[in-house]
Amino acid sequence: MATAAISHPQPAATDFVRTLRIFSKETKYEFLKLMRTKSFSLSTIGFPVMFYVLFGIANRNAVSGNIHIAKYMLGGYACFGLIGAALFGIGVGLASELAAGWLELKRASPMPASAYLFAKCASAVAFGLIIVSILIAIATAFGGVSLSPAEFIKMLGMTIVGSISFASMGLLLALLIPANAATGIVNLIYLPMSFLSGLWIPIRFMPHWLQGVAPALPTYHLSQLMLHIFGYADDMSLATHWNALIGFTFVMLGLSWLTFHRKEQNA
Amino acid sequence: MPLSAIAYETESAAEDAPATTQRQSFATLTNITKRYGATVALNGLSLALHPGEIVALLGPNGAGKSTAIKILLGLVAPTSGITRVFGSDPRTTATRARVGAMLQVARVTEALRVREHIDLFRSYYPHPLPTAEITRIAQLQGIEDRAFGQLSGGQKQRVLFALAICGNPDLIFLDEPTVGMDIEARRSLWQQIRSLSAQGKTVLLTTHYIEEADALAHRVIVINKGRVISEGTPAEIKRNGGGRTIRCHTNLSREFLLTLPNVSSVEFFEGAVVVTTSDAETILREMLLRDDTLSDLEVASPALEDAFLALTRNS
Repeated sequence: MATAAISHPQPAATDFVRTLRIFSKETKYEFLKLMRTKSFSLSTIGFPVMFYVLFGIANRNAVSGNIHIAKYMLGGYACFGLIGAALFGIGVGLASELAAGWLELKRASPMPASAYLFAKCASAVAFGLIIVSILIAIATAFGGVSLSPAEFIKMLGMTIVGSISFASMGLLLALLIPANAATGIVNLIYLPMSFLSGLWIPIRFMPHWLQGVAPALPTYHLSQLMLHIFGYADDMSLATHWNALIGFTFVMLGLSWLTFHRKEQNA
Repeated sequence: MPLSAIAYETESAAEDAPATTQRQSFATLTNITKRYGATVALNGLSLALHPGEIVALLGPNGAGKSTAIKILLGLVAPTSGITRVFGSDPRTTATRARVGAMLQVARVTEALRVREHIDLFRSYYPHPLPTAEITRIAQLQGIEDRAFGQLSGGQKQRVLFALAICGNPDLIFLDEPTVGMDIEARRSLWQQIRSLSAQGKTVLLTTHYIEEADALAHRVIVINKGRVISEGTPAEIKRNGGGRTIRCHTNLSREFLLTLPNVSSVEFFEGAVVVTTSDAETILREMLLRDDTLSDLEVASPALEDAFLALTRNS
């Protein structure tokens, strides 16, 4: 066979350009994969949208003090949606690729591990932005919600921050939980955590003791940061919420790193 | 009996065997031990892979074949021992760029198309083969736009083979490459593996189709319980594992045949006698001399499988 005689007409790209290309292809295909996996894309986009239509739009005329409930709930469901995309996209996706041996095949190639993680994280951010954009469109079209351009930009910015933060939790879950139980376990963490931190029903309408539990949850601090954009946050300082979210992210990354190295040693 | 076919394939593999005098190695494992808790997966395993050769790693389940490959790929760290691939640590990017692997993968990203999988893996390597070339070698023409999840078992294996050769590697590891393929697809993959070897590339494959090792390999390494128990050409392995068999209709008695030198067993199947011996010529001469009614004569080399079973049983 003449396979060896094949020449390579294009000059070899520089390492930097090639690395950039690996990152972009890895990200593109990770995103395409998630988009085409209907069980993921339909449910992560569908659930927050459906809930917001049911509970948010229904409250289009409701006002409590100076708070427009439909707008308040837009903040909550934006967080609910982006957290779901990060936890399911990375937690469940990575767990199953680990279990199936697919990640092992990629690790045997010269693919930089950072490209793989970047692709997962970037796709979570992309899904977060899609979900939040759809929610904003519905809220402004049917919920009587008005957003200033600054609020809109800040919401998208907070979506990026939140997606990255919860991507770290997805990573840790992927390393800890068995693939065949991943969806169930992620739901068991995600749904109660969302409810308890007021992503579904504004926290101010919840029993008092529950309001005391919420600040222990990272989801609560993300939602308060989101609500702060509208001036709807609680009386805790903004810095507290930022510190809590950043601290949570670093704890997740640190635990992931430890777990990964423990696994490496046992491999 | 597919014995004749096997014999033919063996010869053709032996013909283009590289000169074994070239002693520099692409990869070596030196005295590798790997323990998982109390279980010992590899126990002082050493092996070397030379340019252009096809080496088959044979062994029963749990013998340590996959572990050996994972250590060579730098995916698993040995408990002790030295791994060298192209003279360096297998985990370096420069080494990985020259290595291709086909592992036993339970599930691949099913939502991506064949073309997309290849496009992605090509991007990992500094000097990948052209896409058309990969598609041709792995025989994926016509299914490039199918999602991986829609492919048959054999087609999936061919895609994994395509990913292994994407980067135009010099050293290729194939873990059970032809599982799920029909005989025609298997033979054409063998042909592609031979042509890789003809280009000077080294192929290490594990398989439990022993005829595959027989047909393809220049060298067979039989491992059991984590150590090498036999190593050589398929013909040498067969010789170590027992003699040839003579099958015929004869009126000579079992008792008489057993008294002949170098006869290890005499069995009757459907009226024919099967004599196993390490010295078939002498025994045949004797038998023909004593029985002129002897008919339906066949002499066969044992399948590598029998030799393999004999070797692993004894170890």
